[in-house]
Amino acid sequence: MRPTRPDQEQPRFDFAPYVTAAPDGRAALTLAVDGLHCAACVWLIESLLAREPGLDSARVNMTTRRLRLVWRPDSQGPSPLRGEGVGEGTDVRASESYEGLQRVVGKIAALGYRLTPFDEAGADDAGAARQRALLRAMAVAGFAAANVMLLSVSVWAGHVQDMGPATRDLMHWISALIAVPAIAYAGRPFFRPALAALAARRVNMDVPISLAVLLATGMSLVQTATGQPHAYFDSAVTLLFFLLIGRYLDARSRGRARQVAANLLALRARAVTVVDAAGGTRIVAPSEVRVGMAVLVGAGERIPVDGRVVSGQSDLDTAPITGESVPRPARCGDTVLAGTVNLTGPLRVAVTSVGEDTVLAEILRLVEAAEQGRARHVALADRVARLYAPAVHSLALVTFLGWWLVLDAGVQAALLNAIAVLIITCPCALALAVPAVQVAAAGRLLRGGVLIKSATALERLASVDTVVFDKTGTLTAGRPQLLRDGGWNDDDLAAAAALAATSRHPLARALALAVPGVAAANSVEEVPGSGLRCGEVLLGSRDWCGVTAESEAEGPELWLARPGMIPVRFAFRDAPRPDAESVVAALLGAGYRVELLSGDRPLAVAALAGRLGIARWRGGCTPAEKAAHLARLAREGRRVLMVGDGLNDAPALGHAQISMSPADAVDIAQNAADVVFQGDRLAPVPETIGVARRSHRLVLQNLGLAFAYNAVTVPLAMLGLVTPLVAAVAMSASSLAVVGNALRIGRGPRR
Amino acid sequence: MNALLFLIPIAVLLGLLGLVAFLWALKSGQFDDLDGAASRILFDDDESPEDNDS
Repeated sequence: MRPTRPDQEQPRFDFAPYVTAAPDGRAALTLAVDGLHCAACVWLIESLLAREPGLDSARVNMTTRRLRLVWRPDSQGPSPLRGEGVGEGTDVRASESYEGLQRVVGKIAALGYRLTPFDEAGADDAGAARQRALLRAMAVAGFAAANVMLLSVSVWAGHVQDMGPATRDLMHWISALIAVPAIAYAGRPFFRPALAALAARRVNMDVPISLAVLLATGMSLVQTATGQPHAYFDSAVTLLFFLLIGRYLDARSRGRARQVAANLLALRARAVTVVDAAGGTRIVAPSEVRVGMAVLVGAGERIPVDGRVVSGQSDLDTAPITGESVPRPARCGDTVLAGTVNLTGPLRVAVTSVGEDTVLAEILRLVEAAEQGRARHVALADRVARLYAPAVHSLALVTFLGWWLVLDAGVQAALLNAIAVLIITCPCALALAVPAVQVAAAGRLLRGGVLIKSATALERLASVDTVVFDKTGTLTAGRPQLLRDGGWNDDDLAAAAALAATSRHPLARALALAVPGVAAANSVEEVPGSGLRCGEVLLGSRDWCGVTAESEAEGPELWLARPGMIPVRFAFRDAPRPDAESVVAALLGAGYRVELLSGDRPLAVAALAGRLGIARWRGGCTPAEKAAHLARLAREGRRVLMVGDGLNDAPALGHAQISMSPADAVDIAQNAADVVFQGDRLAPVPETIGVARRSHRLVLQNLGLAFAYNAVTVPLAMLGLVTPLVAAVAMSASSLAVVGNALRIGRGPRR
Repeated sequence: MNALLFLIPIAVLLGLLGLVAFLWALKSGQFDDLDGAASRILFDDDESPEDNDS
């Protein structure tokens, strides 16, 4: 499963801004790790780093997927991690003083992980702090609930035995002693938003919750002080405990989504090698590059700026920007775009535009515009809450007025019954109905390698009726594969593969992969943009091998020319993912409309669409056209799931109602997508839709359960039949039913 | 009924002890990496840098 990508060179980073000084004089650095999948990865990285003499500690956090390095900058001897001046304000030339760090990071990168420095003082601290506060509140509420319930059980037992009023009051007082401080502390996550909502003259779910908890506590205190039997401390505290569980689960799934997003953002920080007037090179942050500078881009690196090639020759992988699957040659004077990947030879590029003016930045702007324009999806729970609060409050009011005016029951008795209504309708089951299902569903999908990034993703996914796929890298593997068309024999292949093994051009790599364990030929010369030469043997483009014959040239090809032999042609195809055909067939069979939208040449798109049986396809789309097409589909009232992986898909991903992206997609696409799936297969797409639909059904069932419970208990409360014992039993039973129902999604059939 | 005077404070104290233990664990970072900690028991190397030859 792990996409080992040793061929992706680890870019050099400017570590200085990310190194923090710990209070004990040690320095620390946090790195986001990409490609971490299991405990074995953690072990591999940690045991490798344990052998580094300069490091004090290296620890991988599997939940956040971050690696934390701690070392002593002033340690004696030839420490490999020189970091003098950290925290002392001296000017540190990053690329020099962190040579050791660069080496360590390079070692881990060689294993196939990508590391990016991570700014610890980032924005997700607030979320983490909120999560901890909720967990603490939950612990306090849980403690209070257990102890108050203990006391309440003895009071209830006292009903049938012979507990005197004095003992009962003692129990109530002790309960109050535990419950009141606990409620004051653990209720804050509800009281504050409720106050804020009231101040803004709105009503949210927190208002009825706060009101019920505070009224129940206040009334119980009065009952206790006057020596009467109706104390609801247990209900109030248990209610808080259950609600905090729901809140915590909710915050945790949101927090996880935020962490993933933060890690992806960190990936964007890349260093740029600038050539200065004297001919020397230095490494600067992308933000410091100016128009007119000369930038050096090594083979295998991503081009950081828009510019013009001033020297060097190479092939560019433009798939991330245009979706074209065949690399395009770049020579002196050609224009290159930020975001494309330089494949074969080093290039020197004169910068023509930077930052906000690059094509890449333009695409990013499209993404942002699309995300802002996306119809604000109101979560189901919020829609229910809008109806719920007024309904509950008017029922309580009706109860009070009814008992007071119609039945002449006296103010206190009427108030008691009205409060009982508020307590019994408390949205315990309701508040758990949605988060419990979402957490169970997200947990199940996570085990299958599918990551839900957005909190409302499952809800939006459940109503999808159209699936739009990108071609290169999404429906196809994004890597060319050798076509066995009979135009060559095994000897030709062996000869060609020996040359090809020395190159990192994607076609050459595909050729080398076709011969397992091929030995690379010696003294092979690579001419970027043309091909490879080993003595008299040539491997490369049609022109390079001197072929003039007109033969069918659709799709990528390589030619092998040997002295005294007819040149041989190797044809390649960007093969579909192994299960693309069955997935498309399954989606069509289930009644979804499936479309193919690609930036590649229409001929190639038509061929793939024909193979997979997709009737609706468009080729040659620019990123803006893709986004426009999705906007058009949305106007037609279609609910679109967009699956894409390239930079050119990112705006379209933002425009769709919901979007998915494979884990090997470019970071911006992953950032724009709501759901990220791992692995070579497309099967997670229908599986995720299936889970989303089932979880939607379960949410509706849960809401139904919660309403059914209310339909039984509210009339009882309005009639004044609810005692503290009935309230406690009914509330716990409904919550357990809802959570139990939600957990069913974790089981069920797995395809 | 005199037993209550002992038993209730003892019960509450024990509960408090559990609460304090949980809050301490939370504060000392034991809940930061639930996925990693579960499998860390399977690594049988020592954590010191010297004897890591395997």
